[in-house]
Amino acid sequence: MLGLDADRLRADLNRLLAFLFHQGILDEQYLQLQQLQDESSPNFVSEVVNIYFHESEKLLRNLRSLLMDREFSDYDKMGIHLNQFIGSSSSIGAKRVRNVCVAFRAASDQNNRAGCLRALELLEHEYCILKNKLHELFQIEQQRLLAAGVRYPMLN
Amino acid sequence: MNSSSGKSYMSTASSSVLWKAGGDVVADQFPAGLRVLLVDDDPTCLMILEKMLKACQYNVTKCNRAETALSMLRENRNGFDIVISDVHMPDMDGFKLLEHIGLEMDLPVIMMSADDGKNVVMKGVTHGACDYLIKPVRIEALKNIWQHVVRKRKNEWKDFEQSGSVEEGDRQPKQSEDADYSSSANEGNWKSSKRRKDDEDENDERDDTSTLKKPRVVWSVELHQQFVAAVNQLGIEKAVPKKILELMNVPGLTRENVASHLQKYRLYLRRLSGVSQHPSNLNNSFMNPQDATFGPLDLQALAATGQLPAQSLATLQAAGLGRSTAKSGIPMPLIDQRNIFSFENPKLRFGEVQQQHVNNNKQTNLLHGIPTTMEPKQLAGLHHTAQSVGNMNMPVLSHSSQSSQNNPLLMQMAQPQARGQMLNDSTVGLAPRLLSPRGQSMLSNGMATNVSTRIGVPENIRAPSYNPVSQTSSMLNFPMNHTSELPGNSFPLVSTPGISSLAPKVAFQEDVNSEIKGSVGFMPSYDIFNDLNQHKPQNWELQNVGMMFNSSQHSNSLQGNLDHTQSVLVQQGFLSGQNRNSTVISKAMFSAGDCSGHVNAQNSNQHLNSLLDNTVRVKSERVADAAPANLYPDHFGQEDLMSALLKQVGSFFSLYDTDGDIILLILTSKFPIFLQQDIIAPAENNDFDFDGYSIDNIPV
Repeated sequence: MLGLDADRLRADLNRLLAFLFHQGILDEQYLQLQQLQDESSPNFVSEVVNIYFHESEKLLRNLRSLLMDREFSDYDKMGIHLNQFIGSSSSIGAKRVRNVCVAFRAASDQNNRAGCLRALELLEHEYCILKNKLHELFQIEQQRLLAAGVRYPMLN
Repeated sequence: MNSSSGKSYMSTASSSVLWKAGGDVVADQFPAGLRVLLVDDDPTCLMILEKMLKACQYNVTKCNRAETALSMLRENRNGFDIVISDVHMPDMDGFKLLEHIGLEMDLPVIMMSADDGKNVVMKGVTHGACDYLIKPVRIEALKNIWQHVVRKRKNEWKDFEQSGSVEEGDRQPKQSEDADYSSSANEGNWKSSKRRKDDEDENDERDDTSTLKKPRVVWSVELHQQFVAAVNQLGIEKAVPKKILELMNVPGLTRENVASHLQKYRLYLRRLSGVSQHPSNLNNSFMNPQDATFGPLDLQALAATGQLPAQSLATLQAAGLGRSTAKSGIPMPLIDQRNIFSFENPKLRFGEVQQQHVNNNKQTNLLHGIPTTMEPKQLAGLHHTAQSVGNMNMPVLSHSSQSSQNNPLLMQMAQPQARGQMLNDSTVGLAPRLLSPRGQSMLSNGMATNVSTRIGVPENIRAPSYNPVSQTSSMLNFPMNHTSELPGNSFPLVSTPGISSLAPKVAFQEDVNSEIKGSVGFMPSYDIFNDLNQHKPQNWELQNVGMMFNSSQHSNSLQGNLDHTQSVLVQQGFLSGQNRNSTVISKAMFSAGDCSGHVNAQNSNQHLNSLLDNTVRVKSERVADAAPANLYPDHFGQEDLMSALLKQVGSFFSLYDTDGDIILLILTSKFPIFLQQDIIAPAENNDFDFDGYSIDNIPV
């Protein structure tokens, strides 16, 4: 019963989304992204999110290497990285990641190295959660499309 | 149809614009087809915004580098209607791009950033951005950006009109043009006078508006300089386009071009004067021992002291600086203009001409927003100038909203810096850094090598932080939820002569999650030992100890530390009293015994370069307001440093050993640094009236 699968998957998808919203992992900006997705760019959301992952991992690496440096003192640079991180995270609706970044930025503004380290760890943690959940989301979506597609071939 | 290209014309004032999209006329579809140039180095945002703009039916061109954008604009002057740019970009500052575009192409520019700090937004405003969007940008925000284009064109149109009629006093040609405005010829006029290419069809049909159909003039740097020189020569009040045109003597330049440019220039100046009045212009309190390196600077100083009328100043400066065009052509003369405004501030009393000079010296640094590093010799110089400066009336940070706040440092900035931090960077010598506009924190700058100021600091955090250069350790102590000692944080109790013995220590104790974001800031602690540290364990009596703590837990830790800390700390915390004179409440803690360095756990504040003489600048009248009877001049026999401090510091608490030698000073400052709910109100500070407390009686 492929149709049932599609329905079930859609229910799963919605449930997951609701969970993510409820947990604050995502916010309504993500919905804006979804609305931007249309026939001309059917994979818009996953493309953007993949770009985001790519950039974020770069940023996280940079941040970590900055902080690991014993003689680190360039908080400005860190602030710039963080600004970008905040911008991109908020643009895709990654609310929790964004909030940790903001706290991170605050610590950085105070040259609070230990605070920054803790914030970085928290950030990496939150980022992992986000990435896992979004992957899950995309998987379900893909399966749902497949299931729906098989069920209604003319709608492909 | 009015023209062969089939444009339609809407006569309503608000929408009488015509759009060309991709070479085809898109009639009545405005704002669809609006040509947007999108600049952002973040690929995620770039992609999202592009999609959003396309969803608004705009014609989007994206690029991820400012340089690319600028060259695109230059190549295709009339190819875009509006520019949206990020603020923080690696190759060029967004504001710089903004300036370029404003001056060269006069397109409306929207800035955007994840940074919503008031400073940055203010910068956007003063630089002429027509809007400032905070990321995440919603599509609804983008749907309306066309209004900026319309508005700009309307204003230019009006300016053009006004400047033409006013300056010439000859209304005849104007009237005929006016008559045309109501006709369909208007659209041709307007467009051709604005930004359309010469070879566009509609131009050919506007015979009666031939005077308006000038090719769009590019106000290059050189041209603008000539313009400014002419304006200054005539005097800003008397500068009329006709005369300016004559003075400039540029072939092909018309009075109308000059008129519209003059209008813009006037707006720019007005904006600059607004900047100089702005609270973000902090008073520069300096003790700048350096000598003037610029000739023109003397003018400024003279003007500041009222010996030169501001206008002459502008003229002289323009003349002087116009010749020696510094790094960036355009900004230079503009800086001069700004000086006019900044020096009209009557409240400034700078007895020291030198101070200005140092600012100018720091110009290069300022331009890049790089914290200035002060050479050690400046520290020495500080002593000398301390005396003189001490008499200065410093309308300091406490008057965050005073329009008199003026920072001559401003003039150093090629880019108008509404960022207070920038100003502070150039704080001469060891003057405290003032952050503006609101939370203002002070840094003593003397030994700063890694002075960093934040751009767009979030609302609560106002601590520019830096690491003082101290041969002892300038360390931040970050005991997280417990008192701990960072390695290397040895107390400079070992006497290191003079200033270098002072090492700020920042200790804080906080919970990352809850406090990082709005953390109060740390209490810098410094040990002012000089040669006092040989007064080892004695029965030190605390006099006038002020306290500051952020929460009971801190106070507990303080108390806990009291027993076993081996160090004497002078801590100075700053409150960002938003409307109050925040007093620095500091707590001295010490114990008998050796003075190794246990750091007191307090909320981390900022690093203060613990130079006594450059810490607090308080308005002299505030000294009276401050906690009473805090000056013990007779106790200070130690060094010039102390006396210098005395003159400058509003109030402080002093700690003496039994021999009557001062051991440490706790300074109170009067400017808001951090606002936090957990900071003691200043009133409490005044309650402290210690007189020879023994260590056991330290109130916590």
